[in-house]
Amino acid sequence: MALNRDFVGRTFPSSAPYEVSRVKIKEFAAAIGDGNPIYRDRGAAQAAGHPDVVAPPTFPIAFSLQSGGEALADPDLGLNLAMVVHGEQRFEYNRPIYAGDELITSSTITDIRSAGRNELLTVRSDITTVAGEPVCTTYNTIVERGGAA
Amino acid sequence: MTATVKYDEVEVGQEIPAADYSVRRVNLVMYAGASGDFNPIHWNERFATAVGLPDVIAHGMYTMAQGGRFVTDWVGDPGALVDYGVRFSSMVVVPDDDQGATITVSGVVEQKLEDKRVVVGLTARSGDARVLSKARAVVQLS
Repeated sequence: MALNRDFVGRTFPSSAPYEVSRVKIKEFAAAIGDGNPIYRDRGAAQAAGHPDVVAPPTFPIAFSLQSGGEALADPDLGLNLAMVVHGEQRFEYNRPIYAGDELITSSTITDIRSAGRNELLTVRSDITTVAGEPVCTTYNTIVERGGAA
Repeated sequence: MTATVKYDEVEVGQEIPAADYSVRRVNLVMYAGASGDFNPIHWNERFATAVGLPDVIAHGMYTMAQGGRFVTDWVGDPGALVDYGVRFSSMVVVPDDDQGATITVSGVVEQKLEDKRVVVGLTARSGDARVLSKARAVVQLS
């Protein structure tokens, strides 16, 4: 079933700030198999010039999709989540994410299009601190296999 | 927060030696928990085959994370990454055995930009498949 194009342009603000913790960063680094001490040890991070433990580059995926995720589950969109795979992903970094950051994510559906038998949907997420400092912008394109058939 | 690679010592066309990263089912279970992506295609073979996939497949973001690790290990500072984007061009199929799958990442310096930044093009393969395409990182060198 084709996705509902009326969802293009809809923005879904995050409900509460996401608190970045050292424990979560360490868990994420372990999950991707990256042993870099800068992801686990505050002393190592500070010795490298960072204020606290640093999050790996793809860490924003762990929290940035939560606000957009609700939109994707809206029955009016017509997305069959069982057929979804990841199509493209991009991160533009203003600065690294550190333990202790409190982040706000605002997600917008920027595009819905067909590609062959598939439907493609792109979500842009603007991540800032609670004080409004830009931290990262992510672009996430998912593919609904067979959605346009 | 300083890259260990110096801009003046890098040339366009310079290759970054390939590295292998293994992915087994346990890695996908850990990644599901850490990332919050519990889509059963990444851990449940019964579900994966029912929706037309050959077997359990790795999270695309797991593969992207290995590409990120490749770049940050080269540059020496995770904070040096300015921009990182990929297209997931093929699936990484992860069989339920002790070997799992292997993702091989290599890179080449494609372009030197202003402000001591460079564009690194990445290639990621698993078996015969090219699993990332249009994979590029912009990195701040020292």
